[in-house]
Amino acid sequence: MTVTVYVPADSAAQSVGAEETAAAILKEAAARGLDLKLVRNGSRGLFWLEPLVEVMTTAGRVAYGPVMATDVPGLMDALAVAGDHPLCHGPTEDIPYLKNQERLTFARIGVIDPLALDDYEAHGGLSGLRKALIMDPETVCEEVTESGLRGRGGAGFPAGIKWKTVQGLSAPQKYVCCNADEGDSGTFADRMVMEGDPFMLIEGMIIAGLASGATEGYVYIRSEYPRAVAQMEAAAAVMEKAGWLGGSVGGSGRAFRLHVRKGAGAYICGEESSMLESLEGKRGTVRAKPPIPAIAGLFGKPTVINNVLTLASVPIILAKGASFYRDFGMGRSRGTQPFQIAGNVKRGGLVEKAFGVTLRELIEDFGGGTASGRPFRTAQLGGPLGAYVSEDMLDLPADYEALADAQAMLGHGGIVVFDETADMAEMARFAFEFCEIESCGKCTPCRIGAIRGRETVEKVLRGENVAQNIALVEDLCELMRDGSLCAMGGLTPMPVLSAIRLFPEDFDRAPRLAAE
Amino acid sequence: MPWNPDLVQEIADAHKHEDGALLPILHALNDRFGYVDARAVPLIADVLNLSRAEVHGVVSFYHDFREAPAGKVVVKVCRAEACQSMGAMGLIEQLCGRHGVSLGDTSAAGVTIEPVYCLGNCACAPAAMVNDRLHGRLDAERLDSIIAEAQS
Repeated sequence: MTVTVYVPADSAAQSVGAEETAAAILKEAAARGLDLKLVRNGSRGLFWLEPLVEVMTTAGRVAYGPVMATDVPGLMDALAVAGDHPLCHGPTEDIPYLKNQERLTFARIGVIDPLALDDYEAHGGLSGLRKALIMDPETVCEEVTESGLRGRGGAGFPAGIKWKTVQGLSAPQKYVCCNADEGDSGTFADRMVMEGDPFMLIEGMIIAGLASGATEGYVYIRSEYPRAVAQMEAAAAVMEKAGWLGGSVGGSGRAFRLHVRKGAGAYICGEESSMLESLEGKRGTVRAKPPIPAIAGLFGKPTVINNVLTLASVPIILAKGASFYRDFGMGRSRGTQPFQIAGNVKRGGLVEKAFGVTLRELIEDFGGGTASGRPFRTAQLGGPLGAYVSEDMLDLPADYEALADAQAMLGHGGIVVFDETADMAEMARFAFEFCEIESCGKCTPCRIGAIRGRETVEKVLRGENVAQNIALVEDLCELMRDGSLCAMGGLTPMPVLSAIRLFPEDFDRAPRLAAE
Repeated sequence: MPWNPDLVQEIADAHKHEDGALLPILHALNDRFGYVDARAVPLIADVLNLSRAEVHGVVSFYHDFREAPAGKVVVKVCRAEACQSMGAMGLIEQLCGRHGVSLGDTSAAGVTIEPVYCLGNCACAPAAMVNDRLHGRLDAERLDSIIAEAQS
């Protein structure tokens, strides 16, 4: 009997030895004459257990991890019969970290072979697209609006309304652009989607095209993700061959073509108008709005721009209906959010939960506290432009409005945990430094403000006129927030001001300087 | 690969019909030659009917496009927040010290050490990419052996 074994080919799993583990399993199986089929799935997102090896049984899959290549010879007897072993975690689906999630977008990731279209269909893929093909475009837009789906890139704008705007315009050419320039530290959900379930993203883009009347799609992927680029290119070729991309989507007579484009190492190109400039072959500088991209976007044409997670949520909304999706979540934050728990945390990974889960549940129950074992100090939410939060804020529910009320933001759902060794004045300095490095340079508050901000925080770090310099930083932050063209300069004040507000003791350098 | 204007022309011609062809062309040159030679700028400008200033502006805007070839081993170490929370700054300092370079430079032994801001491996921090291969849960010792292997 063939034994089916799964070893992820997700780049994070590869980064901790999955390739070596896979090779060792094949070698050991050959040496034993074991009939073994190796499937290279995406990652389940339980990164502290990677490389996570699974074996198929009649009662589902059984997990082992972390399995290093050196563990394989000793593990092989157990693996062949899905038997017990010190690295065994029992049935994968029963691992609490996974069992306590609500996986809608991530339902297939880590489960299927990402490039096997039949596997994708067998797990519910393409049913959303099939429905969309027999609906009229207005109804598809309404369905997405009804679902309450909001932009998962961070801004949280209702996706259906954006689509409807493009749908209502008449133009010789319209576009769908997928923003896969996932540059925020602490986020990796887009990467996991593209590597682990690329067909889902393509299906979402095709549906967006059918709904808005766009016949060309671009996915703009950051160059730091070479494997995601390769997977998307391979998946697009499979979809094209199967007739889901090209001149007649699924034989409908309606066209949708997909282009995979690679960024070139500029964080700012995650800002939608910079991304459009970059796709057009220009410097990735921000455009002034209006006009909004829905009206004049790529090459000046009406363009739907959505984040990977937004578009990846669309197939299930179409397949199961708007109300199915809307029933998850709280308030105006509907559906689920793939949270990414990262940094100094014991069990880092991907946790997809309905909005409303608290930060404490995410960091402590799922994450297991700090990796170092030292006390928790802070977490940064929503990437390098997001706020730091203190321990007493952890009972806040993770939803767009609740976090905004607490002067924080959800952003793309990244949570970076820091232990007590974090120096928050240094983190404030770094926030300015990052803005200085990545500013596109178009507007003065961001281009110059970032430099002056870094210099002023450095004065604070040296203990020079601390109170006056902090007041100056706060004043500068107000100017950057109100005067910048986009979120780069506009939100850099978030981490800076939250650090000053919540951790004032770190900005009083006298004791530290005296100790040195 | 040494400078070859015919190959530049060939690459530019192959992409010129694409919408927004400049980035794909520059990526192709970067991949092929290891950098974008300044002598390629007027050739590309001519093919795409752009000014040299426009092409140069794009080349210099993006971190990926090199003005000169990198070392045989390119180490991109992440210094974004998630990796910092796991000691990336100390790791980078050690790494640069060991190779006797500052961040962004190439050692005499041909090791280029560059900063990068997030590799999407934030749950396995600290992370680095060595010649396009991602590595996580790094410490100085493991990173050294990965670099040594890439050098051999």
